Amino acid sequence: METQTASGDTLAPWEDATAKPLISFRDVSKRFGGFTAVEALNLSIYKGEFFALLGPSGCGKTTLMRMLAGFEAPTTGSILLDGVDIAKVPPHKRAVNMMFQSYALFPHLTVAENIAFGLKRTAMAKADITARVEEMLKLVQLENFAARKPHQISGGQQQRVALARALARAPKLLLLDEPLAALDKKLRQETQFELVDIQEKTGTTFVIVTHDQEEAMTVATRIAVMDHGRLVQVDSPDRIYENPNSVYVADFIGDVNILRGRGRTRTDGKVEIVWADGQPGLVGTSDEPLDNAECALAIRPEKIAISSTRPVQDANALQGAVHDIAYLGNTSTYHVRLPNGQILKAQETNSRRISKRKYTWEEEVWLSWSETAGVVLTR
Amino acid sequence: MNLQRRFLIAVPYAWLLLLFFVPFVIVLKIALSNIALAIPPYEPTLSWSEGWSGLVAFFRQLDFDNFVFLTQDSLYWKAYLSSLQIAFFSTLLTLLVGFPVALGMANAPERWRPMLMLMIILPFWTSFLIRIYSWMGILNQEGLLNQLLLWVGVIDDPLKMINTNFAVYIGIVYTYLPFMVLPIYATLEKLNPALLEAAQDLGCNRTQSFWLVTVPLSKPGVIAGCFLVFIPALGEFVIPSLLGGSQTLMIGKVLWEEFFSNRDWPVASAVAIVLLLILIIPIILFQRNEQKQREAEA
Repeated sequence: METQTASGDTLAPWEDATAKPLISFRDVSKRFGGFTAVEALNLSIYKGEFFALLGPSGCGKTTLMRMLAGFEAPTTGSILLDGVDIAKVPPHKRAVNMMFQSYALFPHLTVAENIAFGLKRTAMAKADITARVEEMLKLVQLENFAARKPHQISGGQQQRVALARALARAPKLLLLDEPLAALDKKLRQETQFELVDIQEKTGTTFVIVTHDQEEAMTVATRIAVMDHGRLVQVDSPDRIYENPNSVYVADFIGDVNILRGRGRTRTDGKVEIVWADGQPGLVGTSDEPLDNAECALAIRPEKIAISSTRPVQDANALQGAVHDIAYLGNTSTYHVRLPNGQILKAQETNSRRISKRKYTWEEEVWLSWSETAGVVLTR
Repeated sequence: MNLQRRFLIAVPYAWLLLLFFVPFVIVLKIALSNIALAIPPYEPTLSWSEGWSGLVAFFRQLDFDNFVFLTQDSLYWKAYLSSLQIAFFSTLLTLLVGFPVALGMANAPERWRPMLMLMIILPFWTSFLIRIYSWMGILNQEGLLNQLLLWVGVIDDPLKMINTNFAVYIGIVYTYLPFMVLPIYATLEKLNPALLEAAQDLGCNRTQSFWLVTVPLSKPGVIAGCFLVFIPALGEFVIPSLLGGSQTLMIGKVLWEEFFSNRDWPVASAVAIVLLLILIIPIILFQRNEQKQREAEA
């Protein structure tokens, strides 16, 4: 999904030092009275990207988006769009359009009139407007609903009208504020792929704000994880998941087990962690050398194997008792209590229709994972 | 339908029957009667003692002469027309004053709004008559407004404001302003601020987004407010008789004079019936607007 290869473009423009960003935030801070929503933030977003701003509510992601739309101005720093500072450009003069969380469809206008609304503010000829509206209706598959009012169509259709309206003016940048939050789960998953399709078809740069990590993972080429007005990590979805740079990111994206201890880098480059009295040391990987430094081993539940006897190959093995079993249909998550009381989660795929569980409550089991399965984090 | 529901529905109907329909029939009956020097000052009166033939004789005496009379004397249609004109323009003026007030209230910080609302409603806590009398004090030849203008030096001689149509307009706009402000405020307050941001995002400056979004979406409130002002202003009697001059012609005043000065109850009743018929049209339109809005919200 992350392969927008327009001719000449690299697969990942952010890795190319010569690539010119479409948007760059330079030391941008935004304060509301005494509250700092965004702090000294630097960020570049490139043409054709599907960029996700991800974080819990109040992390500053919405403020960042509203600054791009022009509804808020940065307190300090500058925002460049195509190399031009847009701080002083009012929202109605920016080549940026936004899809609002509530959709903000005009209730007194029909679907077609809603889509035409932005076009009518331009010098476009009437016939061209009609043609463009037709084109947008076709793009979002709503040709038969042109004459309906927003309250006469479903939530999913409203969402598509909002998207078509925002795309109609062919903006350089499309902002999507929690675009799928109001849809139910199944429709949301379908719509995620539709969004990616439409983004590829139109070639528009998308910036999406979401608190739903699954949504960000599905649609985005890059994800910026935010916390308290700062960027914690900006990376592709797989790197965010497999190589989080902090416990915060590891914990925010997906499910994770965190084992805290002290780590020392071995001669082979792996890190050995002493984490509890009377427990064997654990081995993981780290980008930086550690010398008896405080750290945490982050290990995803699906990377932990569960067995009734001690496994031979894996470097890390811990014994515990099954505390709880969460059966989710496609997978089962075992909550295993270690002798020191900590609970580790291990996930198994239910690849076979079984009538009987392999392990039961309070059964003694072994948890094991390889040297490269866990990431050692110092932040 | 069970008994309980029937009873619940019967209550408002009984109310309407007793307080609207019965009085209406009585007034209609008087309008079809003839003036008489008697108590009550019209004939015929219904007497049950003569039985069926008496009833027939009673109905024989009723006629439409008073309604015909209304068309013959130009005073009446001129008064109706002038009332419509004054009601129309004062509604327009009230809208022009009331809309910005409502808009300001809806855009005020949330914690101020109850206070602003109170200030709109506060004048109602004083008697309507007293408020109109104070306007007489303000608009008088030697009134506050003239004194102020003379003192500032804008004018050399006091303006004649009291006993003019101008004073009537001021009185109506002042009195009915809350009826205009409150429904408009109610619609503007419900307006999703994201709609205005969306309009700006799609290329509207502030003026355009006002005309293309705020105004169309406040239409139900504007219509409700206009009817709430127009309907009572049409039959207004107190304001034109206290603030208006001899040339201020309004049907409410004519009705009063017909009834109390001429003691011509039948003609006064006919005037009232025609006024009611004129009012029914905007009332029906108002009801239809309300219903349409309810359907749109459902």
